[in-house]
Amino acid sequence: MELLVKENNTLSNSPWLLLHASAVFAFLYLPIAVLILYSFNGEGVGGFPPRHLTLGWYRILFADGPIWDSVLNSLQVAAAAVVIALGFGVPAALALDRTQFFGKALFRRLVLLPLILPGIITGLSLLMLFNVSGTKLSLLTIILGHGTALISVATTEVFAGLQKLDRAQEEASLDLGANYWQTFWRITVPNLKLPIVGAALLIFTLSMDEIAVSFFLIGRDNTLPLEIWGRLRRGITPEINAVSTIIFLFSLVAIVLWYRLRVRSEPDVDVGSEIVQTAEGHTI
Amino acid sequence: MGTKLESGVVGSEEEAGSRAPLLSIRSVAKSFGRNIVLRNISLDVSEGEFLTILGESGSGKTTLLRIIAGFESASAGEVWMGNERLDRQPPYQRRVNTVFQNYALFPHLTVEENVAYGLRVSKRPDAEVLTRVSEALSKVKMSAHAKSKPAKISGGQQQRVALARALVNRPRLLLLDEPLSALDANLRRQMQVELKSLQREVGISFIFVTHDQEEAMVMSDRIALLRSGELEQVATPREIYGRPATAYAAQFIGHTNLLKCEVKDGIARCLPLMWITKVPEGPALFSLRPENIRLATGNVGIVGTVRVRGRVCQQAFHGATELIRVECGNGLVLAVRIAGRDAEAAPMGEIELEFSSSDAVPVRESPDRI
Repeated sequence: MELLVKENNTLSNSPWLLLHASAVFAFLYLPIAVLILYSFNGEGVGGFPPRHLTLGWYRILFADGPIWDSVLNSLQVAAAAVVIALGFGVPAALALDRTQFFGKALFRRLVLLPLILPGIITGLSLLMLFNVSGTKLSLLTIILGHGTALISVATTEVFAGLQKLDRAQEEASLDLGANYWQTFWRITVPNLKLPIVGAALLIFTLSMDEIAVSFFLIGRDNTLPLEIWGRLRRGITPEINAVSTIIFLFSLVAIVLWYRLRVRSEPDVDVGSEIVQTAEGHTI
Repeated sequence: MGTKLESGVVGSEEEAGSRAPLLSIRSVAKSFGRNIVLRNISLDVSEGEFLTILGESGSGKTTLLRIIAGFESASAGEVWMGNERLDRQPPYQRRVNTVFQNYALFPHLTVEENVAYGLRVSKRPDAEVLTRVSEALSKVKMSAHAKSKPAKISGGQQQRVALARALVNRPRLLLLDEPLSALDANLRRQMQVELKSLQREVGISFIFVTHDQEEAMVMSDRIALLRSGELEQVATPREIYGRPATAYAAQFIGHTNLLKCEVKDGIARCLPLMWITKVPEGPALFSLRPENIRLATGNVGIVGTVRVRGRVCQQAFHGATELIRVECGNGLVLAVRIAGRDAEAAPMGEIELEFSSSDAVPVRESPDRI
């Protein structure tokens, strides 16, 4: 531990580290900054420096029916995907944590598979399934696609939470006369609030910007990413920048909300390491 | 209260066997895979008794408690409460409550809600819940913290809340799994006294698990000494100290001299000591407490007194008493406890010791177990 601290000190004194870190952060965030900046540019997407700052693109965006339809579609898909993924993911996590059954190792890998599989494979295979079964492609097929693909996220998040849960609390509940069902709702679920909310937010965001699976399963109604992608082929306007800026702001609010929830319920926990832990959970 | 106190404590020695037991553990065994944790445990607990299960870590004491609570199932044997077969019931139907080692308070509920939990799940009317919860909280002096979350109160306070949460359900039996081990020494002694008086006040049977022999002596009506999954001895603290059944019991509870003797013609010999005994012929083991050995005074020849000369080779001052080790020849070293005020007078070199032969208690050898 001491060694680590010393190392940190010498490293943080080095000008190269500062340069390196700045470069990495610039690479990550400069494009987003540029994107936001040009959503206010009066002269289209080209030209440097941006001139004639305007809110005009936002005005156009708010009057743009198809974009809002696609936003609504995406919200519906994401919300439904959260319900499906949690509905299957939470029981799967409980089964992995609490029970021994034949083929458990295989089950664990199968649940996690969609996380590793390229979206193209998932999308294509679902498309073939729907074709064979004669199901018409629609928002419903996208919902089924997202929901099943994201069960793995719900499972890993909730499983990580269950592993950290103090089992003595559940025993105490049984001891005090609550049966298994009451114990689950009164003790287990409240203690899993963070992983469940975290998983829901993650699934929601992943679904919102999913393209590969949606691409194969799309019917007449576009989701937001596919609508944007479709428009890019006809030439880009700062209206796209404007809609992206709004999405960025919403994501920011979601992240801040999640962070504050986490800090409030576990005041002593280092949130940074928590995030790393949940991220590690995905590779079990 | 006075009468209950007497019948519960003083009378327990004689009455433990004659009264119908509240809890009866019959030939219980438990193994995890190939690892045998408990073998053939039979133990009765009577109404209003404070029984301590004492043992080192790994002796199986917590497992035994978990079998009674219902968190583990016995591999063999039965557990009865009155005429109900307890070990066939799920934990939530047993009229047994537990105070857990780490208290296991529910972090998302307030102190008050924690205590109310058992009454709420059994759907008691609101008014009853409120009065019983506030009664229980005031009994453990935690009324002021009713609205706090468990994380905001100290370890000792959490301990009291855990106690209130269990007692509010009026169980017939309370199980306590090393509840004091997380507290510092002073608080621990204070809680020992409080727990004991609380138990007398509510009149509920307690089964208390600990690895601390002093704690067991101070608090219990009876001690069940567990070693490697088997009961060594079940007896009152006085009995187990004064008449230990095995060498292990003699050594684990208090300090003792173990004398390896050879008995022949009614005389036990452990050279240079010998005394008259009724123990059958052959090799025998005796336990002789250090405080039962005195500095010899007066004339020789009192019947039943054994005298021996030796050299003091070690002294350790303990405040009220002093423990000295005396080399008596033939490789025999006796530990002797003398009053602290005698210590100054105690000569260093050669001294003469005496003890009465009835204080040398025959004990069984404790065979090694895995």
